[in-house]
Amino acid sequence: MKVLVTVKRVVDPYVKVRVKADGSGVETANVKMTMNPFCEIAVEQAVRMKEAGIVTEIVAVSIGVQQSQETLRTAMAMGADRGILVETTEEVQPLAVAKVLKAIVAKENPRFVIMGKQAIDDDSNQSGQMLAALLGWPQATFISNIEIAGDNADITREIDGGLEKLTVKLPAVITADLRLNEPRYVTLPNIMKAKKKPLEVVKPDALGVDVKPRLKTLKVEEPPKRTAGVKVNDVAELIDKLKNDARVI
Amino acid sequence: MAVLLIADHDGKALKPGVTNAVTAATKMGEPLVVLVAGDACAAVAEAAAKVAGVSKVLLAEAPYYAGGLAENLAALVLTIAEQYTHIVAPASGFGKNLMPRVAALLDVQQISDISAVQSADTFVRPIYAGNVLATVQSSDRIKVVTVRATAFDAAGAAASPAPVEKLAPAPDAGLSQFKGQELSKSTRPELTAARIIVSGGRGMGSAENFKILEALADRLGAAVGASRAAVDSGYMPNDYQVGQTGKIVAPELYIAVGISGAIQHLAGMKDSKVIVAINKDPEAPIFAVADYWLVDDLFKAVPELTQGLAA
Repeated sequence: MKVLVTVKRVVDPYVKVRVKADGSGVETANVKMTMNPFCEIAVEQAVRMKEAGIVTEIVAVSIGVQQSQETLRTAMAMGADRGILVETTEEVQPLAVAKVLKAIVAKENPRFVIMGKQAIDDDSNQSGQMLAALLGWPQATFISNIEIAGDNADITREIDGGLEKLTVKLPAVITADLRLNEPRYVTLPNIMKAKKKPLEVVKPDALGVDVKPRLKTLKVEEPPKRTAGVKVNDVAELIDKLKNDARVI
Repeated sequence: MAVLLIADHDGKALKPGVTNAVTAATKMGEPLVVLVAGDACAAVAEAAAKVAGVSKVLLAEAPYYAGGLAENLAALVLTIAEQYTHIVAPASGFGKNLMPRVAALLDVQQISDISAVQSADTFVRPIYAGNVLATVQSSDRIKVVTVRATAFDAAGAAASPAPVEKLAPAPDAGLSQFKGQELSKSTRPELTAARIIVSGGRGMGSAENFKILEALADRLGAAVGASRAAVDSGYMPNDYQVGQTGKIVAPELYIAVGISGAIQHLAGMKDSKVIVAINKDPEAPIFAVADYWLVDDLFKAVPELTQGLAA
């Protein structure tokens, strides 16, 4: 069975982001970029399912600027068979992401779609659920385990109080949480191999999708800083501070 | 036009974030209608009716609403959505799963995890793990919004309860089936509602070692939390995780023990009123957000603290 996996190029999670001087957005020029960590887990899951003989073809899709091709090459170095970049310089908000992916699903006809549960830049946590809605498919979000059983997928997902078990009908959209797997490191031979894999570039217009943002960002700013704290020398001093200065215990 | 709030509950009681979401929702418009959907959850509807600011509760019951299945609940919300200017839920696991499905079916762009309401169409939301605040304006006809509970005070009790009306369930979409839950059992307060949290990181070294934190937590009447590193190492279950992609907490007192302070962890706790950090590494980044920090071996300091608080 064919599976579609989505990858987003984001600012590296270990980079300290800076707000642009004019408050219009976040500085991304000359900042280290990487594949969104949750997308890595999604790709890893697809590759493991291919290695297990469940999946036969993995198509990786990214939406964004031209440099997102690098993110697709990383996905292919991990084991995806080919890549599709929907190239645009617009800010593509989750609803538009879902519409673009719906158009790709119509062309590719995968058995299921695996996505990361959220991108660590805008922290929206929406695209997977929205894609499922637009396709009329079930959704299995924040998953930590998946077993394919005939026309269904048996899912374990992370919820606020623990774990939940679900069965969803295929085709479905699945979004990966942290504990689904640990992504592999890409090796040099696989990076070389990935360069030869097919990568198609299309524009949103060609898919008939309007990606104009619906939400207007009026301003971005840094949150107020915490005032500097106090070093205490021992536990007795700590207890004294908590009781008499902070008065929280 | 009215505001609709979708209640997160476990079939018996409202989840802690709901009353905070009520406060946020009342800033968007009025009257406020709360939808309680589930399998045999009339008690929850009665509880929702007693929250100040709520003018009506809709109760929809069907076996296929058990577990809060997004496919079925979204279809239910769609039957009444056009009567509202705003559809709101807490940004809990439940809200995060359900609301984007509702938004996409309405062809609107959801506004996730808001920390402030500036006007009926303008909201503030943290992005980049809370390191940046974005002010965003929606032009969609219906605003679908999830609310960061820690950013709003909980609504109090109403003088007299609001009316509860039955809402006819929408049919079962037949796409998914709820098979059950394995919930962590704890006698301690829930993380997102606790006044004090004692949290452990990789420095704890093992699941067994968390017992010293639990002893401290019990002394303080606190909840126990964990960093992602501690959860990934298998020391604690996933639902204990505090951070960007785990739970967002803002207690009166947060005690971080053996937690280095990765950006992703700070995102989940840096709005706590008072932060204490105990770490043997004097360079630990957690100290930058701590009000009080102690450079010490946690295996010595934590039992001492528990002991000292008994005195």
